[in-house]
Formats: sequence, C-alpha cells, structure tokens
Amino acid sequence: MNWKTFFAMLSRDGHVARRNLIPTLLQNLLQPLLLTFVFGRVLTSSGMMSNSYKNILLPGIMALSMTLSGVWAVAMPLISEFQFTKEIEDRLLAPMETSWLAVEKVVAGMIQALVSGLVVIPAAWITLGHGVDLSQWHPAQFAATCLLMALFSAAGGLWMGVSVGQTQIGLMFSMVLTPMMMFGCAYYPWSALSAFPVLKYAVLINPLVYASEGMRGSLVPLVPHMPAVVTVGALLLIDIAVLTVGIRKFNHKAVS
Amino acid sequence: MGIGIRIENLRKVYDTPPPMAARGMGFSFGPGPKKDKTKKKLEVVALDGVSMEIGAGGIFGLLGPNGAGKSTTIGIITTRTRPTSGRAFVGEHDVWAHQAAVKRLIGVVPQRPNLDFALTAREILVFHGAYFGQGAKERIRRADELLEKFKLTDRADHMIRGFSGGMMQRLSIARAMMHDPEVLFLDEPSAGLDPQTRLLLWETIREYNQKGKTIVLTTHYMDEADTLCENLAIIDHGKVIAQGTPQELKASIPGGYLLRLRFDHAANGLIDGLKSLPGVTEVRAGEADKADVYADRGGPLIGPIVAMVQGAGAELSDVHIIEPSLETLFLHHTGRSLRD
Repeated sequence: MNWKTFFAMLSRDGHVARRNLIPTLLQNLLQPLLLTFVFGRVLTSSGMMSNSYKNILLPGIMALSMTLSGVWAVAMPLISEFQFTKEIEDRLLAPMETSWLAVEKVVAGMIQALVSGLVVIPAAWITLGHGVDLSQWHPAQFAATCLLMALFSAAGGLWMGVSVGQTQIGLMFSMVLTPMMMFGCAYYPWSALSAFPVLKYAVLINPLVYASEGMRGSLVPLVPHMPAVVTVGALLLIDIAVLTVGIRKFNHKAVS
Repeated sequence: MGIGIRIENLRKVYDTPPPMAARGMGFSFGPGPKKDKTKKKLEVVALDGVSMEIGAGGIFGLLGPNGAGKSTTIGIITTRTRPTSGRAFVGEHDVWAHQAAVKRLIGVVPQRPNLDFALTAREILVFHGAYFGQGAKERIRRADELLEKFKLTDRADHMIRGFSGGMMQRLSIARAMMHDPEVLFLDEPSAGLDPQTRLLLWETIREYNQKGKTIVLTTHYMDEADTLCENLAIIDHGKVIAQGTPQELKASIPGGYLLRLRFDHAANGLIDGLKSLPGVTEVRAGEADKADVYADRGGPLIGPIVAMVQGAGAELSDVHIIEPSLETLFLHHTGRSLRD
C-alpha cells in the first residue's frame, strides 16, 4: 500500500474542502439551524411543545446533519467526477490500487461529516437556548457513535455517488434521503412509534434510526432511547455492509 | 534504457450480458445471472484478439479510424479498461496483476481532458507530483518548468474551467510528464489542435523520446503517423490489419499509386481491360460503376485508361489519384478510407 499517494489525495480533498469552506458550512449548517430554531424554539416557546422536547431534538438534528453532510461530501464530487470526461481518472492513474481511492474518499468524507457534526452541536445548542440537559453524557459512547455515523454517511455517499447519475440527483433526494430523514427518528424517539406497530419495525432498516437513538443514548440518556449495544452493533454492521458494496461498485465503475 | 510493452491476444467486449461474465470468468461484480432471457443486451466487440510488441525507446503509432479499438487498447495497457481476455505487459509487469507498479511507469494523455476541475493549473501539476511521491520542492520546481514549457505560466493560478480546449490539452500533456514516466501514452493528441500547436506537440514528443522514453500514440491522421512514428500498427474493427515501419507498410502496397475510378455505367470487359494496361498491378472492382486501380504510376496512366474505357463503350465520370501513402495502405486493407 502506497501511503504517500493516499495522504497526498487526502490533502487534495482537504485543499478543495478548505477552498469551498464557506459554501460548505452554509450548506451543512443552515438547514439544521433552521430546524432547531423552528422545532426547538418556536414550538416550545409558544407552548405547543414541552420544553423537554429540546432534549429529544438536539441529538436527532446532530445525527441528521452529520449523515447528510457526509453523504453530500462524498456523493456530489463523485457524481461529477464520473461524468462524461471521467475526471476521476486524474486520481485513478496515481500509483495506488483502485479500491484505496474509494477508501480515501470515505476517509475524507468522514472527516467532513465529523467536522460539520461537531460544528452543529454548539450552534444548535445556542439556537435552542437553555433547556438541554447534557450533564449525564457518555463521552466514549458519544465518540464511538459519531465515528460509526460518519463512516456510514461517507460510505453511503460512496455508494450513492457511483450508483446515481447527474440527472437523478433530485430523484435520489426525494426517494432516498427524504424518507430516510423523516423516518430516521431524528425528530422523535423510536419509542414514539409504538402507536404504529408496522412502521415501528419497518424503520429498523433505516440506519439513521440507530444514529439518532445512539446520539440520544450518549448525550441525553434520560430521554427514551435504544440500548447502546443495539445502536453501536447495528451501525457497525451497516457500516461494513455499505462500505463493502460501495467499494465494489466503485471498482466496477472506475474500470470500464 | 526504456521500457517496452507486450500485449497478447487482447479481447474486449463491452456490455457483456451476464451469462459469460458471471460464470466465473473473474468479473462477477454485476447483479448476477437473473432475467437472462428477457432482455438480450447489445454486445460490442471492441478488440478481437490483438497482439503486438512495442519496442523500448521508440515512437509507436496505433492508426485506425474512429471506433477501431485504439482507445480501448490504450485503455487496457494503462489500467483503465478491464480486458475480457488476454494479457498486457508494461516492461516486466503484468498490467492487471501489478497495477500500481505499472501506473508508476506510465503517463497518459487521454483523448478527452480528464483534468481535476476543482483545482488550478498549477495545483493540478503539484498534486499530481505529490500522488507520485515527489518532495515539496521538487514538485513545485517541476510544475513551474512544465507550465513555462507549455506556455501556461500566465494562467497557472486560474481554475481550469475557463481554459480553451488547446490549453487543457497542453496541461494534460504537462501532467502526464510531471512524474517523468518511462512510457508516455497519447490518445489522439492532435485532435482539435491548430497547426501551430500540433507542430509544438510533435516537437515535444520527439524531445521526450530522445530522453530514451517510449512513446505510444493513437491517431487517425496519416501524416502524423508517417512523420512521427518509427513503428506502426493499423487497426480496424478491433483487429490488427498491418504492422511495421511506415516505409515497410507503404512498400507493401501493390504498385504504390492508387487510382479510384468511376464510370457513368458499368460495361463488360472493363475490369479485364484495366488489368491489361501497362504498370497496373491490381484492379479491384467495387460496385458496378467503380474500380480501384493499383499501379506503379499515376498521371501517365490516365490517357490509356480513358481510351480503354471509351473503347469498352463507357465514359469516365471521376478519377482520383492517391499517391503512395498510409492512406492508400489503409484503403488497400479495408476498402474504406480512414475518415469513412
């Protein structure tokens, strides 16, 4: 394995990300901030939601924005690099195995997902005002959940980036990402679905459920959440599966 | 000094339907053998058993019309295309088994510029150097040299989105030379270049070759192959139809001159009459009112031909004389002109 090439490519991706820092931050921050403001501030201040809803919302929003930013950071450049001109070959011709380029893309995406997830925490916390009780958080579980979530989002971005063409981006958003966001338990805990028994078990195929629940369990353990074993275990399995499929598809698409 | 290339019986079929690919040919990435019978996919045979040897330190040309299989051949040798069967070697390295080692030895100028659109011209070169493990100082120095050489210094810090086709082409060549590869591949390098830039390109290629590097280029320009290449392979429909030095290939055409004739109508005995004319080595009758005459002379044969055709009761409606060239060679082997 040629680590020099690998790190050179990481630094290339870092360079490009730094150049697009402001637009990327706006893209990753605006939506979660508006969501936290409307759901966490407007609805609670007006008395339509209880103040404790903030505790449920914050971890969900973090899981959501990390997932989206990782998917975005990997999928969008890949889609354009696999266009007609096959810009990806600029990197494919570097002295490294093809699969490692896919791994590099995932690592770069993970870093971006982690950064934007960690930026959202203080920003959302400030937007929420007082009322979020983070006094009982579990740092180790939090770190593990963040890493697994970032890996899921970047590997998912890899998968999407090599499966979707430029013309289907809108479709991907409305058919894959929107249902995932809505049924990902980001705005409500999984236990809230008890009134919909079929849905409650159907959403278990959605990785975002484990991410949101895992964040709840590690940040605000007092609200209802899935046990850590389940969330960490499920995320780990999903990561392995998605990464394997993503790398396979990448190899297949990279070499015609 | 120099690295040679050997390819053995390469075959490439695009869009293979699952049956063969999935049955353990080693390419079972697809969704597997399902719904085989409902839809029969199109199969395009791009290469059909191509073998050739490219000598170390020479300039080798792959000549053929569009769609002949030139880019596929280059694609396989440069690890970008997976062969359906057959093997390719760059130096000692099997292209499929030792991809990373092969990539280190080669530089590729693709047919369409595949430059990194997220970077500036200078960054493209500097990062390329970094991918190949060059130190910070070295890659900056080399990037500056190449930008200067390809007259891109004044645009070095611009994003390449606004670059013209010619500038992108020059930058592609600079990038391919950045890591000083032993073998340089250029896929239709002069397509779309103005005559001046083309001459600059030829000069650059010769200069790089003089450093002992192997050059492989594809072209559908006869003059380019003729002036630049020391060895040639002519391919058409995925098969090598002739191979040798430009001189050898030209000498292999019967007679050398080709006269393409067209008559107002077909007449009996016309072809036999043409064959009997002095200096004619071969006559090929195409459609009824056409004939290709290979001969050792061109213009001087027109008089006798006119007389002979009139004697047979027909009129000559068109004559085209082609001097000995690779174009004639291509016509001889395929019956088609290169641009057809």
